[in-house]
Parts: sequence; C-alpha cells; structure tokens
Amino acid sequence: MTKDKCFHCGDDCLTTKIEQDEKMFCCRGCLTVYEIFSENDLTCYYDLEQNPGTTPLDIDGKFDYLNQQDIVEKLIDFQEDTTEVVTLYIPHIHCSSCIWILENLNKLNSHILNSQVDFPKKKVCITYTTDEFSLKLLVELMARIGYEPYISLENYDKTQERLDRSLVYKIGVAGFAFGNVMFLSFPEYFEVSEYWLEQYKPVFRWLMFFFSLPVVFYAGQDYFKSAIKGLRSRILNIDIPIALGITVLFIRSSVDIFFDLGSGFFDSLTGLVFFLLLGKIVQQKTYKFMSFERDYKSYFPIAVTKLNTENQEENIQVYDIQRGDRLLIRNQELIPVDGILMSASAEIDYSFVTGEARHVQKVSGDKVYAGGKQKGAAVEIVAEKSVEQSYLTQLWSNDVFQKDYNPKFQSLIDKISKKFTIAVLTIAFSGLAFWLFYDASLALNVFTAVLIIACPCAIALATPFALGNLLRIFGKNGFYIKNTNVLEQMANLDVFVFDKTGTLTTSQKNDISYSGLELSKEDKMVLKNSFRNSNHPLSRELYSFLDSQNIYDSESFEEHMGEGIVSSYKDHTYKLGSAKFVSSPAEQSSLSTAVHISKDEKYMGKFEFETRYRAGVQDLFRSLDDHYKLIILSGDNEGEKPILTKMLPKTTQMFFNQKPDSKMRLIEKIQSEEKQVAMIGDGLNDAGALKQADIGIAISENVNVFSPACDAIMDASQLSNLDEYVSISQKGIRIIKLSFIFSFLYNAIGLYFALTGQLQPVIAAILMPLSSISIVIFTTLATNFISKSIQKP
Amino acid sequence: MNVIYGLLAISILVALVFFGLFIFSVKKGQFDDDYTPSVRMLFEDELVKEEDAQNDKNSNKQQKQL
Repeated sequence: MTKDKCFHCGDDCLTTKIEQDEKMFCCRGCLTVYEIFSENDLTCYYDLEQNPGTTPLDIDGKFDYLNQQDIVEKLIDFQEDTTEVVTLYIPHIHCSSCIWILENLNKLNSHILNSQVDFPKKKVCITYTTDEFSLKLLVELMARIGYEPYISLENYDKTQERLDRSLVYKIGVAGFAFGNVMFLSFPEYFEVSEYWLEQYKPVFRWLMFFFSLPVVFYAGQDYFKSAIKGLRSRILNIDIPIALGITVLFIRSSVDIFFDLGSGFFDSLTGLVFFLLLGKIVQQKTYKFMSFERDYKSYFPIAVTKLNTENQEENIQVYDIQRGDRLLIRNQELIPVDGILMSASAEIDYSFVTGEARHVQKVSGDKVYAGGKQKGAAVEIVAEKSVEQSYLTQLWSNDVFQKDYNPKFQSLIDKISKKFTIAVLTIAFSGLAFWLFYDASLALNVFTAVLIIACPCAIALATPFALGNLLRIFGKNGFYIKNTNVLEQMANLDVFVFDKTGTLTTSQKNDISYSGLELSKEDKMVLKNSFRNSNHPLSRELYSFLDSQNIYDSESFEEHMGEGIVSSYKDHTYKLGSAKFVSSPAEQSSLSTAVHISKDEKYMGKFEFETRYRAGVQDLFRSLDDHYKLIILSGDNEGEKPILTKMLPKTTQMFFNQKPDSKMRLIEKIQSEEKQVAMIGDGLNDAGALKQADIGIAISENVNVFSPACDAIMDASQLSNLDEYVSISQKGIRIIKLSFIFSFLYNAIGLYFALTGQLQPVIAAILMPLSSISIVIFTTLATNFISKSIQKP
Repeated sequence: MNVIYGLLAISILVALVFFGLFIFSVKKGQFDDDYTPSVRMLFEDELVKEEDAQNDKNSNKQQKQL
C-alpha cells in the first residue's frame, strides 16, 4: 500500500490528507467510517481486504420518505409486533469485507438482530426491532458506513418473485432414476443365464419400469409439450425427434418386459432424459445481480418532497403526484414528472434521457421533462402530468416493450432439426418396409430401434454446452449476455449501430484545454480558489486540472446559479462562467462546452472541455468496417461531427439530434431491409432502440449500476473487444456445426445396428452416453480454446 | 432368497430418503446462494470471541420467529 492511498476507500489522497492512527484518509467521510468501525471493534473489516470501503455520500434528507408508514410497509418483507425484516439491494457489495461488516451490523446498533448477505444478488436481509428504531434509521446507518441501499420505484411495485426450481427437481428425479436403473440393469448386460439371475429378472425389470415412470411423465414432460407446440405451429423443432425417441423407448421397453421379450431400454431412456436436462441447466447461466428487463421504474425514486399550501415540506409517493403539485427537487435528485420550473434557474443533466452530455440551463417558467437530474441547489417545480403520462415514461407504452422475443430468429438447431426429423422418419419407414418383405417378425423391432438410436441426444447437447460455456467465459471478462440465443444471433449480424454519448465517449473525464491570453501566476491562484468554492461539476473538473496553488480565504465570492462566479482578489474582479455571463466577444453559439474568464471586464480566454473517446474505439470501428455496416446515432448536436469523421472509417453513417423514438424508428427501418441489427447504447434514451434491435447491448461503466432493458450488458472497458466477441461467437457456431457432424457419425454407427436388427440394450446403453459425453467434452474444450484471445480487462 | 427382496426394499428406501432430503433442501432454497456461505464459513472464528450472551439470545429468539 502506498502512503497516500486512502486507508478506507483506496482512492489517492489528492486535495486533503487526514492522518489518524498512522493511517491516511482522503476525506472526512472516510475517516468517520473508520472511526465508527474502530469504536465498535470492527477493524477486522480492513484485515480481510485492502481498502474495501467507499466514501459515504451526503444523504441529508434523502431518506425522509421512510418516515411514512405506508411506504415502509411496501418495502419490508415481514412484520410481526416489533420485529421487521427487510431485504435491501446494496450495489457496493463487492468483497468478503463487505459480507463481514454487513453480517456484523448488530454490533453497530443493538436494535439490529440479524443480517444475512446474499453475495451473488448483492442483497442483504436484515431483521431489526422497531423499539426506538426504524427502517429510516437503519438505512441511514448503512449509508453512513458507505453501504447505501438503492431503493427505487421498482421496489415499491415488487411482487413476491417466485423462483422456478422445477428444472432442478426434474434433474433430481431423472438423475435418481438413472442411477438406480443403471444398477438394476447391470446384471443383464452379461447375458449369463444363471439360476439366480433368471429367478430375479422379473423383479429387477419391473422395478426399472416403475423408476422410469416419473422420468417419462414428470422429468421429460417439457419435451412433449414443446413437441406438441411445434407440431401445432407446423415447425419441426428438435424436441419432436426427442419426444418421439422417449415415447418409442418407453413403449418398446414396456412391451419387452410385459411379454418377457427382453430387458428393455430403461437405462438408455433415463440416461437420455438426464443428459438432456443437464444440457438445459448448463444453458441457463443467470447473472443474479443484474437484470436485463429494467424499465424506468428502477431509476425513479419512490417518493419526492412536495411543498404543501403552507410551504411545508412533505414526502409523497411518486404515483400520488397530481397536476399542480409543487415539488422540491434537491441536488442530484431526479425529476419524476414533466413540469414547469418555478425557481429562478436550474441546471439539468439530461444525459440519461437525451444522450446530450451538456447540462441544460432552464429559467423560471421553462418546461422540464421527467428523467432529468438537477445539479446544484434545490429547485421547485410544478407538476404538469403524472408519472405514467410523462414524455419519457410514455416510451414504455410502445409495442416494442410488449413483445418478448424476436420471431424472425431461427436458431441453428431449428434449421437442422427439420431435415433431421424427415431423414430419421424416412430411414425408419424404409427399414420397416424392407423387413416386412424380408422377415416380418423383425420389422417392428427394426422400426423402433431406428427411432431409439436416432434420438438426437448429442445434437441437442452440442448447442447448450458450446454456447453455455462461451456465455460463462464472456461473463468472466465483463460481457454479460442474457441467454444463448443472443449469442447465436451475434454471429449473424449485418449492421452495428452505436450511440455516441456515454457509449463511444466516456462520461468520467474530459480533456481540458485553455486558449486565450496568458494567465499570470496570481490569476491562476484566484481561479483555483474560486473553483474550489464552487460546487458546479465543471468547477470541480477545472479545480483538479489547475496546478496546486496557495489556498487563501476568498474576500469576495459570489456564485450565480447556472451562470458563473464573480470573485475578487486585491483590487481585481474576475468573472468566470458561460459566454453570456462573461460577455465573451464571439462564439456565443459555440458547440463545445467551455468556461470563459474575464478580469476587470477584459476578456481573458476560455477553458474548453473536449469529450474523450474510449480507448480502442478507432481500432474497433476499423476492424468492424470490413464486414459490417456502421452507424452512429446521437442525441447530441453535431459538434463532434468533424472529429468523428476524421477518426472513423469513411463509410460510417452519422445521425445527430436523434430523439429516443426516432432512434427506435431508424433501427426498424434498417431491419425492414432484412438486416440483422445490433444496437450499442447506454442511457434510457436508447431504451427503445435497444429493445427494437435484434441485439441490444448496454454499455456500463459500472455493471452494478443500472442499465436499460437489453440483451447483453457490457463493461465499458470491454467495448474495444467487441469485434473479438463477435468473431468468437461465429467460431462457436462453427464448433457446433462440427459437433453435429460427430453426432451424425455416432448415429450412423447406431443405425447400422438398428437396421440389421441387432440392437441390443447394452449397445444403446453404451452408445448414448458415449456420444453425449464426447460431444460435451469436445465443445467445452474447443470453446475454451477459441476464447483464449480475449484480452483480460 | 427372500433376503434379496428385503435388501432391495431397504436399498430403495435409503435411496428415496436421500432423494427426499435433496428435494427438501432445494425447496428451502439452500442452493440459491452458492457463494456467500463459502465466505461466511471463514468468519466464524472472529465472531466467537466477541459474541456475547445477549447476542446469542437474540439470534435464538430470531430463529424461533422465522
């Protein structure tokens, strides 16, 4: 650990350094958390992991709405007398220290009885008593130690989610039956007509029969359902030959033991269902801590501050906002409904809604739209619409959000299963016809044997194991995909559409450059000190941009909200701020963001902020350009066009000033030309386009933070590897095709035995698991091999 | 001879008991979180020395309620 890293949060100590107990802290907040922990003998927190903490944010008044009992009741899971149980989502949970401290909350406050962390879901379940304690105090305590729970409108609407564990039960049943049937059928594999065996054969066989009943009628029921569904809609899906195989296996085996013709194929039957279900569970990789189905509700607050007729503050539920209500929006708070600004001025960050990076200035009487975030002092607005009727939230009533999947998409297995089913049936019937002439007594035997041996177990396993494994590998590298269908579609794309702000550019840091008259040392000192006193985000950035200077107490400092700063030092007056405020001589309509400076009414120059593009964007576009059509869709103005044209391949099309619904329509238009489109975006403004596209990929700086509904979530650092992922998914498809060829070979061997009437149960019992296991091993090894080239983040 | 029937019955019964336990544990959600318990296990040592009687009582009471 270097000396100037904060002991608590691990950030570099830049502006302030506080020393305590020979440890460094970057700010008061971090120190306070440390003090809380050391007073309560909880410093073990720092032994488990280095710098595990985070700086607690200012929460003054933020959770006041938790004083309201009706809101609290919606949030808690369970209540009895004075005991309440609540499950809170805490995005910061990331290491074993987090688990430790959160499970020891009872040492910080004796009202907390018990707490249990679910790490994969980043949730903590807390039991507490309500004697002199409440949910609000609990949440505030957690926020004070840097574990602020995220509570949004989504929590309010939550319905008890029911976990579907039926697949696990089915695997349990199939595995249980498979194991037992294997034991019971083992003696007969050796065909010794021995006295004991002969005597007990019927018992063993009937036991196998009873073990296979739940496998066919419970564990395998999904295959029958899906096959019937496929037949109804006249699609020959892969489940049809599977269901046919299971049925024939079961009937033939039952007839065999009933008429004492043989031992039946119960071992193959139970094994088949067990392996198929295993494939299903492998395919079902889920990322518990992220959701791909979010809508605006996860961004919106539960409650807002309303000003009543006596000008008193009062918390109301967001859904209860009515036209004409006066609402107080504090710094960093989200505007929940469309309304009209009452305060003199506001500065609103609409980057999430429109994709525009610059904050928008609004003055009294202007319309403000839901979804914007207020930056700076608290403002007052008058609601014009309710939450559901606001401009942004109406986007979700569009049809795109109702449909669940892409009907046009036909997976590889669907394509192949049609030919496969026809081929199997042709072979089975020609075998039947041949043997009817040749030796009618064997005809039915051959017919059923063909259907049994041709059951496409290995084919059905190739896709889940190959793609399931790729899904896992991608996830480890920071590219989280919803399901294997998305991965398959990724191999067939024609067009890539990128959003600009937040996707190609990073919102973290800007490049700052100064142009104008040279600043003296004294000027710089005044500027640095002025920026230090201001809370405006641009001031913060400029403050860290300027070299360190002497700190002095400003004699006169005046901040004009949304305009700029007036500051004087000795007998000079400095004005810093917008072009209009400083009365800059020209370029009032300049497109880039800038802070202008004047000294004693003389214009000095300006600091310009240039958006910084993510590393590797240029290379990514160049390598994608060879095979795909590239489009940039931006909600921003054309200010960046010259830079983009210079940076990116000439064929890249660009559209600016795009509204959320026009983005969606543009994607629809490309799709109507029979093109497969991938949309890569980040904010709520891309939500419609992400959903409309064949694949919507949401880019996120921090995957724990929310991203709109999409098919895949990508860590921002992985964007430059996008081309790599696409090419790996194409290779993955090739691997699946290769394993299809292998399984056809196995089938050909099996068909030889079947058609010649020599299929013994033992051959089927060897061939079925052998083909399945070899396919599983092959696909797993091959997919691991092709994804070696991904550069680790 | 008949002993085979007895043995078969017992073995299947034992198998069924374990199968039932498996279903029960899945139903209770024991396999839902497959990560946190592995970490929590390593904390137990530190907890023991600091845990006082009152906390024990609290956690007992808690279990009864659930």
